[in-house]
Amino acid sequence: MELFTEGDPIADTKAPAGPVEKRWETRRFEAKLVNPANRRKMTVIVVGTGLAGGSAAATLAEQGYHVKSYCYQDSPRRAHSIAAQGGINAAKNYRNDGDSVHRLFYDTVKGGDFRSRESNVHRLAEVSVNIIDQCVAQGVPFAREYGGLLDTRSFGGAQVQRTFYARGQTGQQLLLGAYQALERQIGLGNVEMNARHEMLELVLVDGKARGIVVRDLVTGEISTEMADAVVLASGGYGNVFYLSTNAKGCNVTATWRAHRKGAYFANPCYTQIHPTCIPVSGDHQSKLTLMSESLRNDGRVWVPKTKGDDRSPKDIGEDERDYYLERIYPSFGNLVPRDIASRAAKNVCDEGRGVGPTKLGVYLDFADAIGRLGRKAIEAKYGNLFEMYERITGEDPYEVPMRIYPAVHYTMGGLWVDYDLQSNIPGLFVIGEANFSDHGANRLGASALMQGLADGYFVLPTTIANYLASGPLEKVDASHPAAVEARTDVEDRVQRLLGVDGDRTVDSFHRELGQIMWEHCGMERSEAGLRKAIDEIRALREQFWQRVKVSGTGEELNQSLEKAGRVADFFELAELMCIDALHREESCGGHFRAEHQTPDGEAQRDDDRFAYVAAWEFTADGEPSVLHKEDLKFEYVHPTQRSYK
Amino acid sequence: MNLTLRIWRQKGPEDKGRMVTYPVDDVSPDMSFLEMLDVLNERLILAGEDPVAFDHDCREGICGMCGLMINGDAHGPQRGTTACQLHMRQFKDGETIDIEPWRASAFPVVKDLVVNRSAFDKIIAAGGYVTAPTGSAPEAHSTPVAKANADAAFESAACIGCGACVAACPNGSGMLFTAAKLTQLSLLPQGQPERYTRVIGMVDAHDEAGFGGCTNAGECTPACPKGIPLNTIGRLNRDYLAATAKGANNTPGS
Repeated sequence: MELFTEGDPIADTKAPAGPVEKRWETRRFEAKLVNPANRRKMTVIVVGTGLAGGSAAATLAEQGYHVKSYCYQDSPRRAHSIAAQGGINAAKNYRNDGDSVHRLFYDTVKGGDFRSRESNVHRLAEVSVNIIDQCVAQGVPFAREYGGLLDTRSFGGAQVQRTFYARGQTGQQLLLGAYQALERQIGLGNVEMNARHEMLELVLVDGKARGIVVRDLVTGEISTEMADAVVLASGGYGNVFYLSTNAKGCNVTATWRAHRKGAYFANPCYTQIHPTCIPVSGDHQSKLTLMSESLRNDGRVWVPKTKGDDRSPKDIGEDERDYYLERIYPSFGNLVPRDIASRAAKNVCDEGRGVGPTKLGVYLDFADAIGRLGRKAIEAKYGNLFEMYERITGEDPYEVPMRIYPAVHYTMGGLWVDYDLQSNIPGLFVIGEANFSDHGANRLGASALMQGLADGYFVLPTTIANYLASGPLEKVDASHPAAVEARTDVEDRVQRLLGVDGDRTVDSFHRELGQIMWEHCGMERSEAGLRKAIDEIRALREQFWQRVKVSGTGEELNQSLEKAGRVADFFELAELMCIDALHREESCGGHFRAEHQTPDGEAQRDDDRFAYVAAWEFTADGEPSVLHKEDLKFEYVHPTQRSYK
Repeated sequence: MNLTLRIWRQKGPEDKGRMVTYPVDDVSPDMSFLEMLDVLNERLILAGEDPVAFDHDCREGICGMCGLMINGDAHGPQRGTTACQLHMRQFKDGETIDIEPWRASAFPVVKDLVVNRSAFDKIIAAGGYVTAPTGSAPEAHSTPVAKANADAAFESAACIGCGACVAACPNGSGMLFTAAKLTQLSLLPQGQPERYTRVIGMVDAHDEAGFGGCTNAGECTPACPKGIPLNTIGRLNRDYLAATAKGANNTPGS
């Protein structure tokens, strides 16, 4: 049977024509408004309370809508945006170093390896400056200079200093700003907050998104919540690999359930593998921890020149070390972009030159920097990161080089949305990492926070009004046949998971699925590997439904049941990711196909055949998905081959 | 390593609860504390027993979701470390480890080691913000902030809302949590207009949620994984006194 079929092309019909710098202004003017008295009568569901969902829920409530907000954590403040370390980009040009909205736009389109939409990216760059103003007004404690003005620093893929930060906890501080705005609206009664609730199904009425089915994770109660529109801000799907830098609870269920109800899933194979993470230490490992990209400013990456060299790094002389990034990429050295650094680390480990007990690691050595700047200076810059490393590994990075290895970090793919951030299902909006919109095939550092807040504070609240203004929608409640059916489906699924009563735990399946994905759909993909992965995933999924053991009942707090539902959806997503990776016979950004590389081993795009967004339509279980192509046009940033040598 | 765990098991809020002993063998010193619990849970599930429920999410010490009393210490023996970042090399082979939930009347047990900390959210909803609706913000550089104040505000803002301070406090007080947010906002110019209504609102919400009062026992700061300083509570008291002297309350406009 064929793996997929091709359907009609799709297009974004919402972005206005005309000069790119006028499109957002035009759209804002053309978008219909809802008058304040009518907003009070309208309910919007927002799933997820990270930077995108938290800021959207707060802003919609400020505008007067009735908002129902959901998160699986015990508090909206814990969404995984909180773990973002480095910073947030904005085209403020406070440094007077030549930055501008146009330059941020240009860097982001290029950084995404020419696989994103120019209209969306330009809007993101425009809105970036408003985000900083908004966050400062909320009391976000950004780093400041002695004169009292905001400090900025450099990040990968840019030659200007446009990254605003709050030590290594920028995500935390921005999220708490959004959370506090949200709590204010909760206190005022404008937002109904439902923590420890998980969305398990989308409800469509007459083809429009009108509600969701949720499970109360404490009592197990399954209920149907109706609204005038549904916003998904449920994050990315990196946990399909089992080991990633995502929080343990991050999952694809909300977007995958919407996909099964008709929402197109775009570019699922675009995943970002971050080069500097603490390596896996054993089979017990449950997650991976990122060491900020900023470390590569002062650390030098190396491995021994000879294979299987087991000596301690101190005993390996300078002439026996291979500083491979400096050797292969003399002009960028240790500061090559994430995708390049990750692949290079994999290559040296594949050659048998990896270090550490598992041989899947490379050294990140600060000895030179400590010698040059002194231990104190390094402590001031990276103290908290060194401490975190020491806690996890038990090794002191001031004395012995850090060991690092790439890990899954972010997913650029997600539900397909138009310029209004609306999916192909009317009334279903998707924001933040959950959509596919702005980063193309590779995200630049410090751009995820920018996109989450741009979508939530500024874009969605404008564009959703245009949809709601087309109403009023017919009043429906949880007794509507479509709502009852969705709820019954969820109840059946829960019972099915509990009923298998097999002999393997959910985690053991998830771990095995992750290994398949990492091996064949990770840093390097090939046709043979992807075909093998698809077969293995299908076989393992069958095993899952025959042998999984979920303890307890559905009517209680049951973490094993929660995990089972999420892993079941990861199985389906994993297959689609491999199919997407297989069909894209080119290398671009985070998607590297072994068959498509330049003679010196760099990514080889094929713009003639693949300058499009791959939007996948679900058909039925066991039936091939349908591919819809959205052609990408580049009027302002001309596609070029990226080179860092 | 071979360990003996004594874990608090409680089916639900109404259950009385008890300590249950579980031997765990072949623990690697490189495991995190929560990974060691994962190993136990995998075994319990396969044996058809109910796994131990515990809260966790990011497992990198920033989300604040995990929280365990380990041998009577909030987050365990290592200072400045959340339970998820605590590693088994901190323990000795053959050791017996007691694991309990946070115990405080404002944090009722949900199941096993999981507690309900929504009282913290209520404190924030009662004033732990700057009223700055989206779109209303002035240019970010229009108000410079002295670096020392910005840095001190950051130090307080680093609170992860885990509740260790409450669990460590003999009174079950949430003052360090409340004071951390108040200190952050009162050190910044953006926080000034609501400074005094904020402190009254948050302290009232704190008391209503069932937290105990602060008697300067000083147990909170050493238990705090982010080292929020005790003097933030002094700042809270000063602002509270000033607010009551001014006759401010949490009614807008007064």
